[in-house]
Amino acid sequence: MARLIELTLNGRRRIDAVPDNLLLLDYVREQAGLTGTKTGCDGGECGACTVLIDDFPRLACLTLAAAVSGRRIDTIEALGDAGALSAVQRGFHEKLGSQCGYCTPGFVMACAGLLRRTPQPSTAAIQAALGSNICRCTGYVKIIEAVEFAADLLAQGGTAP
Amino acid sequence: MNATSPMHPIGGHVPLLDGPEKVSGRAKYTADLIEPEALVGRIYRSPYAHAEILDVDTSQAEQLPGVKAVLTGADCAQSFGVLPIARTEYPLARGKVRYKGEPVAAVAAIDAATAERAIRLIRMRVRELPAYFTAGAALAADAIALHDKKPGNIERDVNFELGNVAAGFAAADLVRAASYNCAEVCQNQMEMHAALARYDAVRDRITVHASTQVPYYVHLMLAQILTMDMSKIRVVKPFVGGGFGCRTECLNVELITALLARKAGGTVRTVISREETFITHRGRPETDIHLKIGLRKDGRITAVDCECVQRGGAHSGYGVVTILYAGSMLYAIYDLDNVRYAGRRVLTNTPPCGAFRGHGTVDVRFAFESLLDQMAGELGLDPMAVRRANYLTAPTFTANDLMVNSYGLPECVDWVERASGWRTRKGQLANGKGLGFACSHYISGASKPVNWTGEPHATVKLKLDFDGSIVVLTGAADIGQGSSTVLVQAVAEVLGLDLARVRILTGDSDVVPKDNGSYSSRVTFIVGNAAIDAANKLKALLVAAAARRLEAEPSDIECLGELYRAGAQDKGLSFEEVVGEALKDNGTITVTGTYSTIPESHGGKKYRGAAIGGTMGYSYSAQVVEVTVDEETGQVTVDKVWVAHDCGKALNRLSVEGQVQGSVWMGMGQAMSEEARYHDGLLVTANMLDYRVPTIRDSPPIAVGIVESNDPHGPFGAKEAGEGSLAAFLPALTNAIADATGVRFNDLPVTPDRVFAAIERRARLAEPSRTGKHRPGGA
Repeated sequence: MARLIELTLNGRRRIDAVPDNLLLLDYVREQAGLTGTKTGCDGGECGACTVLIDDFPRLACLTLAAAVSGRRIDTIEALGDAGALSAVQRGFHEKLGSQCGYCTPGFVMACAGLLRRTPQPSTAAIQAALGSNICRCTGYVKIIEAVEFAADLLAQGGTAP
Repeated sequence: MNATSPMHPIGGHVPLLDGPEKVSGRAKYTADLIEPEALVGRIYRSPYAHAEILDVDTSQAEQLPGVKAVLTGADCAQSFGVLPIARTEYPLARGKVRYKGEPVAAVAAIDAATAERAIRLIRMRVRELPAYFTAGAALAADAIALHDKKPGNIERDVNFELGNVAAGFAAADLVRAASYNCAEVCQNQMEMHAALARYDAVRDRITVHASTQVPYYVHLMLAQILTMDMSKIRVVKPFVGGGFGCRTECLNVELITALLARKAGGTVRTVISREETFITHRGRPETDIHLKIGLRKDGRITAVDCECVQRGGAHSGYGVVTILYAGSMLYAIYDLDNVRYAGRRVLTNTPPCGAFRGHGTVDVRFAFESLLDQMAGELGLDPMAVRRANYLTAPTFTANDLMVNSYGLPECVDWVERASGWRTRKGQLANGKGLGFACSHYISGASKPVNWTGEPHATVKLKLDFDGSIVVLTGAADIGQGSSTVLVQAVAEVLGLDLARVRILTGDSDVVPKDNGSYSSRVTFIVGNAAIDAANKLKALLVAAAARRLEAEPSDIECLGELYRAGAQDKGLSFEEVVGEALKDNGTITVTGTYSTIPESHGGKKYRGAAIGGTMGYSYSAQVVEVTVDEETGQVTVDKVWVAHDCGKALNRLSVEGQVQGSVWMGMGQAMSEEARYHDGLLVTANMLDYRVPTIRDSPPIAVGIVESNDPHGPFGAKEAGEGSLAAFLPALTNAIADATGVRFNDLPVTPDRVFAAIERRARLAEPSRTGKHRPGGA
């Protein structure tokens, strides 16, 4: 069966009819057309689909669209200001925290969630916040550098995470 | 004043030119090509490991409303495979199925639910056959053959002896032999396999978007499978979410999707699951190695005898090449006179293996560097001294005729020795801690292409138009390794221009020149040289145009990137003015650069298949790994890695660091946790929880030293950087664990349960392993 949901997706109010069993991941990608959020596994294994629900990182593949009515959802497309990259996006780009890029939106959103709560995280805090995101290219070394770079940018009064 | 100087983007830290798309979510991968009218493709897979197909009944599936096309093996009698000598696979099985999960039938339907319902309505009747899940079982005398043409289930036997191995062992002061087992591992790239095929029934043409490392192979195999003229096929490579070798072959998902699109007369999109992606496989085979080395007291290697058995899976894939690499690449790292190699690639009822990063070299290197470390200890020699006693002197040819022109291994060893504090820290660490060391190497592109056509090995075109922008046209596939960025850097460097003037277009067979693809670490070296050639040709045209305008001789023209002038006193011409002049003759300029490897790099003929291993230049790597072993739990923690990589010349230092770190880390996964496990032929680790790759919490800092040996043929001196550092991690880790505990692990992965069991065993035997450094049984 389907139901109506009303939510704020990347700052825009939307009303959609969604099947009860529709995953938030498929809603975002196929119904809203925002393909920045990636499908990397068969459910809850890799973190590539991480989005922010009311500023908290959540796996869109383990969340039903019907369950987020009334909530605020941010995907990778919400970041940045007037086309400029956000601090976290700059970190991943400039420090090579992203190689093939497929896991990147999930990492970037998990980092954005982290830095919104903890603007100056320790290395251990970064590792804890990103512990359920898999990257197969970087070995994570430059991902940690990317997050530290983003935190420094924010400390200098840069853009939002 | 027009004072200006040429730009030099080579050698800098250059963020990937396509990075902004990736970090903003704008990068479109194949699975992101969502088209409302596209049908959904799904695959019915064999539940049997080995069986004769009696009947595949699709009648109920065909009658289901919303189903637009159903296919079985009966629809395609053409076989495919990456090696022209071993094309044994059908997109959908015919006659027999040979592994659990092999595609048998496929459906295209109006939505996923309908396609999946249709798949569940397909029935298969078979006569089951004995199935073999290990190399040993498949090699048994009474085993039936998986393939009629491969009696005994041997895909390929490789045997050679160069030098005099018996005399070599006789001259040794110490001879040791050991057996090693490396589990099968999977690329597990982040993007699952996907394809989108659009069939144009009016014109009988097809466009296929595929997540591939080699669009050209996909193109060739589509023509073969569809029995369609190649000129009617267009292959597009969108962003690719990693490959690590599994996408160096055309995969069945691409072919099935194309067949479905043609049968349905429309567009079909197939995105397979993570489990299916694992089963499509092409990973590194389970490998058993028996290795014997002879060593003199001074550390010199006198003889090597290596036996290697690979469990290849149900089809060859790259297998013939893999078993050849495992032997040929014993060479080109140390000076070896006497080597015997016996390699055997075995066909089994498991998913087909393929070319995983470090293709063919990794497991043998693990065995070699492990045994060398053990023997160094027995002789009381420093492991680094043993390597130093066996260095090559470049330029040289190895005993199996591999050409080595640049050799930065000594500098790599020196760097990790210094950076890790080896001399002062080795043997001095606290209880439970250890340091291990090992080396590895890799090719910079196979010197001979898989498909020998007589064409140049790479072709790059440059287009320069009225707007003053240069577009690089190349078929080289950027799969995240940064090949597009490095090619733009190369062109900009030659012309002295800012990177912003140069753009790149790749991955569309309608537009870009054919390329042999992203495999064997070939792009920087081979395509990079073609890009330099193209840029030099363009520069010559621009210099000639400037000479015409300035009424000077071309030899007098100085190119300063944005300024062309005839001598320092000349105010010169701007780049735009030179372009305007150059366009006067024929309008838009296109130039073609090419590159081919030299015959001396093509390997030898001393045994069948000796060309495999030939390359224009070898990269070298040395690593020191520091570990802490918790003897209470068997948990091994990698505290730090120091790695030095000889990449000839770092064209993009940021990329080189990233590639080397990624390689080391991928080696860590294989060494410590990754393992494809089967139950009755069913891959039971086909998800990212059971197939455990290291997380950010398990992953150490990796300090990278870049060694630049300036290869005489390399583009600006460069060699490969993306694979050669993987292999050394494995033995460096086990050597470090041996240093920490006195226990040597010859089987991978070194999981906590294996460590715990070994330490328990050691405690039971109560053998003090090494000068009381550890406390048996822990605190």
